[in-house]
Parts: sequence; C-alpha cells; structure tokens
Amino acid sequence: MNLTAAAFYILGGATILSAFFVIAARNPVHAVLWLIAAFFAAAGLFVLIGAEFLAMLLIVVYVGAVSVLFLFVVMMLDVDFARLRQGFLNYLPLGVLIAGLLIAELFLVGAALGENGAASLSEGKIEPSPGAVNNVTAIGRVLYTDYVLHFQLAGGILFIAMIGAIVLTLRERPGVRRQDVGRQVGRRPRDAVKLVDARPGQGLQIPE
Amino acid sequence: MVQSEVLLAQLREYLPIVIMLAIAGALGLAFMLAAWVIAPKNPDSEKVSAYECGFNAFDGARLKFDVRFYLVSILFIIFDLEVAFLFPWAASLNTLPIDVAQFAFWSMMAFLGVLTLGFVYEWKKGALNWE
Amino acid sequence: MVSGFLEGLFNRQLDPAWAWSIDKVSGILLLVVGVLISLAFILLADRKIWAAVQMRKGPNVVGPFGLLQSFADFFKFVFKEIVVPAGADKFLFLLAPLISFILAFAAWIVVPVADGWAIANINVGIMYLFAISSLGVYGIIIGGWASNSKYPFLGSLRSAAQMVSYEVSIGFIIITVILLSGSMNIGEIVNSQKGGLTQWHAFAFPTIFVMFPMFVMFFISALAETNRPPFDLPEAESELVAGYQVEYSSTPYLLFMIAEYTNIVLMCALLALLFLGGWSSPIAGFVEIPFLWFALKTLAMFFLFALVKAIVPRYRYDQLMRLGWKIFLPTSLVAVAAIGWYATFVAHPEIGGQ
Repeated sequence: MNLTAAAFYILGGATILSAFFVIAARNPVHAVLWLIAAFFAAAGLFVLIGAEFLAMLLIVVYVGAVSVLFLFVVMMLDVDFARLRQGFLNYLPLGVLIAGLLIAELFLVGAALGENGAASLSEGKIEPSPGAVNNVTAIGRVLYTDYVLHFQLAGGILFIAMIGAIVLTLRERPGVRRQDVGRQVGRRPRDAVKLVDARPGQGLQIPE
Repeated sequence: MVQSEVLLAQLREYLPIVIMLAIAGALGLAFMLAAWVIAPKNPDSEKVSAYECGFNAFDGARLKFDVRFYLVSILFIIFDLEVAFLFPWAASLNTLPIDVAQFAFWSMMAFLGVLTLGFVYEWKKGALNWE
Repeated sequence: MVSGFLEGLFNRQLDPAWAWSIDKVSGILLLVVGVLISLAFILLADRKIWAAVQMRKGPNVVGPFGLLQSFADFFKFVFKEIVVPAGADKFLFLLAPLISFILAFAAWIVVPVADGWAIANINVGIMYLFAISSLGVYGIIIGGWASNSKYPFLGSLRSAAQMVSYEVSIGFIIITVILLSGSMNIGEIVNSQKGGLTQWHAFAFPTIFVMFPMFVMFFISALAETNRPPFDLPEAESELVAGYQVEYSSTPYLLFMIAEYTNIVLMCALLALLFLGGWSSPIAGFVEIPFLWFALKTLAMFFLFALVKAIVPRYRYDQLMRLGWKIFLPTSLVAVAAIGWYATFVAHPEIGGQ
C-alpha cells in the first residue's frame, strides 16, 4: 500500500469518526470542535486529490469563519441543550429518509461512472499536469469569464445574506452616545474657551 | 487511482506540514508534562476557584451576550467569502489574454459593486457602530 | 543536507525517501529551535526597547545585559504549579494553549527565510498563512470558555470579534500583493520584487501611492490581529485583568505567550516578505546574503512593533471596531479595485508591463 492510499484511508476514517462524534457528543461545544476536526480531515482529502485551493478555502471559510459563529452561538446562547435533545428520537424517521436519499444519490453517481467510465470525470478535472498551471490559476481562468453568470449569482446571494443578517439581528438601542470623530477634530479653541481678564477683587460678570 | 508525477510532487510539499504539526504538538505537550512532573501540586479551594475581584463569584460565567457579536461574525463570514472569490482572480489576471483579463476585471468589479451596495446599506443602518 | 552528511559518514547510499525524510525533519527541527531561540532574544529586545522609551534599564540581572533573562523566565514557568480551575473543562482548558502553540509554529513552515529555503514550498502558500492566522482565534476562544470564569470569557469574546474584524482587511491587502505578483507562492511573490528598493511592493513606482498606505494598514492590522498594544483589549489589564489568560499559570500560560510572540514575529516576517522584498538586498547586487536581509527586515519591523507598544495609548473598543470596519475595510477594498485596474490595463504582460 502506498503512502497516498494510506493517507486517504486515515483521513477518510478521521472524517467519518469526527462526524460521528459531532452527533454523539453531549456538550454542544465539544460537538462544534469535532465538526472542526471533520473539516480539517476533509481539507486533507482535498489536498490528496490535488485541489489545494479548495482545501485552503475549506479551512478559511468553514473553520476560520463559519465555525467561529457556531462556537459563538453554542457558547453564549444559554440554550438548555439537554431539553432540546429529549425529542431526538422522534426525528429518526426523517433522518433515515434523508440518509437514504443521500446513499441513493451516491449509488446513482457510482452507476453513472460505471456506465461512462471514470475517464469521463477526469476530462474536465483540473489536475496539475506537466506544463499546465496550478489549480488556483485554472479556477481563476474560467470562473470570472466562462462562468460569469454563476459568479454574479453568488455575489447576489452574498448581498441578500448581508441584508438578511442586518434585518434579523440589528436592534437599535436608544440613548447611546457615540463618538463623533468629525466633531471632535473640528472643534476649535475659540468655540470652547474664552479668555477673560479678571481684575482682583471685582469678580466676573458671566455674560448670558 | 492514476496520479501524475506533478500531483505527487505537489503532495510531497504538504507532508512537512503534517510533520511540523506533530513536532510542535509533541514539544507543547512536553512543556506541559515537564511542569506537571517537576512543579508542586497542592491545590486548595481558594486556588482553584474562578478569579473574581474581591468577592466570591455569585453566578456562573456563562452569560448572555449582545447580539452584536453575532452580527460581526456574520458580516465577517460574508466578507471572508468575498476575499475567497478574490484569490483566484488576483492570481490568474495576468496569465489571461488581455481582452479576457479586461472582461474578468469588469466582471469582478460588478461583483464587488453589488457587495459595496450591501456595505453602504450596513453603514447607513448603523450596523457598523459599536456602542 | 543532513542526509548527505550521513551518507558521507557511513559511506553508503541512503534510500531517496529516507534521505528526503531526514532532510525535512532536520529542517523542521532547525526551524523550530531557531524560532524558539531567536524568540528568547526578541522577547528581551521587546522589554529593553520598552524600558528605554521609559528611560529605565529593563532586565539586566540575569547574564550580561540581561541576555539570559528569557531562559530564566522559561525555567521559572516550568517550576510553577499548573492550576486548573475547579469549574473548568479540563481537557479543553489544556488543549487551548496547545492549539495556539501548534498553529503558531505550523505557519512558519511555508515561510522562506532565504531563497528556496521554505520547507513546504506549496503553491498556495500565502493562502495557507491566511488560513492559519484565521484559526489563531480558536486558542483564545476555547481558552476563555474552558476557564469558566467571567474575565477570561469577556476577554476571549472581545478578542474573537477584534481578530475577525481585522482579518478581512488583511485579506484584501494580501489580494493587492497577489495582483502585483501574479502568484500565491511566497517564493514567487518575493522574486517578483527583485532588483532593489524601487521594486519592492511598498515602494515601487507608480503603485507606491496605493501600496505604501496598504503596507502601513497591514502593519496596523497585524497589531490588531496579534493583540499587541495599542489593540491589546483582550488582555486589557486595567479592566479585564489579563483577559483570556487570567486562569492560566505555569507552562500552559507559557505556551500562550510563546504562541503570541511567534505570531508577532511571523507578522513581521510577512511584512518583510510581502512588501519589503523578503530576502533581496535593498540595492541590487549589494551584499547579496539572502538570510541576512530577511532577518534584518524582520527585526526592523519588530522594532517598530516594540516602539508602538511603548508609545501609543490603548484604543477603546468602539474606536477599534470603527477603525477596522469603517476605515480599513473600505480603503483596502478601493485599493483592490485600483491595483486590479493597474494590473489589467497598465501592467498586463501583453501591454509590455513588468
């Protein structure tokens, strides 16, 4: 068995194992950490098939950003997870249904591969070959030109996400005094300070 | 699984990362074990209680937090994705033929334009104000 | 290198796979030890510079000029008791510093300290660094949460929001550098700046008008990203005592500390690699000793880090967030568009640029 195959089985096993612990862990924070472990193993699998850009993307976006939000939520929302779990088994039929659908899809892909031969898949596959560019450049060459519509669509989705996040979470808090840097910097001594010649023993008449 | 020589050469560059993780992990563990073995161990109830400033803690440390922290991290995810889309664009722009590169440039400007709209909306709504 | 020496020693040919592994492992060990030892002196330099600004002497007792101070500190940490708070999640509590430590060193593996000396010369090197630095927040969040205490929790929360805010502008600034270099491999980014000071990304004409401000912004974002003063709000000792580190003692604390400084030096090295031509000499052909220039530039950046720590007062949290989201983010976004325009319409290879 060569090293790549060994790495594949180790990483694949790690992915499945950590995915299992995500649902088996009692503490939600531990579950999120297992999820992160699963992401890492999956990134390793991406590297193995030569998709290094996707691997880094998985870490930057899913581990570096999405999981941070997950951690925020499970750490700071005071949700009683024990109570949430009580009805866990009621959802079993739905879970089995979805799992069944996924397995059926996997088999369909397998069958299609068997019919057309694995070569049909590697035709469009971006794999580094002698003289060719690395896969970041390869993605860059097609994403913004050939797939411009999909790309703009992704931009639209991000836009909607941005608006949605604000609509859902933004709460105006009344009575907050904020720093106005423009006003602070724009304030001149003559607007704020007045020099008065005070004579001894006479006091000052404060002008209205 | 047929693998080209180039792919294998590329994989070989990733192996040191794994070795580095292992070595750094071993070193960190060694540091902690060293203190565990060498240093004294006599905990008492004051020592192991949570730090508080002058009084005993009167409730747990798990507090509810401002929804703003979530907003910041959601906005971060969105901008992070934007950066992710920029990476291949930046790396490939000068390898494209000039007319294609110019098309790619304007296509990215349209993408950034849409997101800038969202950013302006955020700004006007006051989502970027921290209080 | 080492494998060649061993082959000579025993006078027999090693299997190439073994030779490769021996070379890489020894390279990694050299890197780790090198980083740790230089860190000891960099830490001392930090304290000395800080002291000098305040007209104090700084550490000067252990060894000549206090040179052995960091080593004395190290042993002191090892001889201290590891206190684990009663309410803490013990496993995560000890895992958090380990995560910080491992990540800090994992980043160094793609850093080319001289031409071709990167141990892992991967195509997406700069993105790897970006990914690793976006993970740095985990050590802090997990540490703060596992302590099960209020101050660490508040500190880690602040820290997470702060690091996340500046991550975005760091990403955009990195994009401008990639646009100018046309590659994500760090070695190639440095090679695209060959030919002296005027070719460095921070100073090259005509992009200097955009790139020099980007260089300054990267510097400031790096301060925020590594929780250095004036952005050390997560550990603001006047309000949060020490932030996420409150409950840590002994070597777990030491690991956090080493990780923090390793990250700071990494950021200095990144500034040198991305903007200051990495290992290339400021005048083409003048003293071409790659490692020397890389080290000098990194140390110069660290000197600035130390000065900022000593001179600038701490930011307030709302000011910090305003700077990140309302100033750095839009500015760097405009810079990406400007440099993108330059790369497409002025410097494109078909127009005869570069």
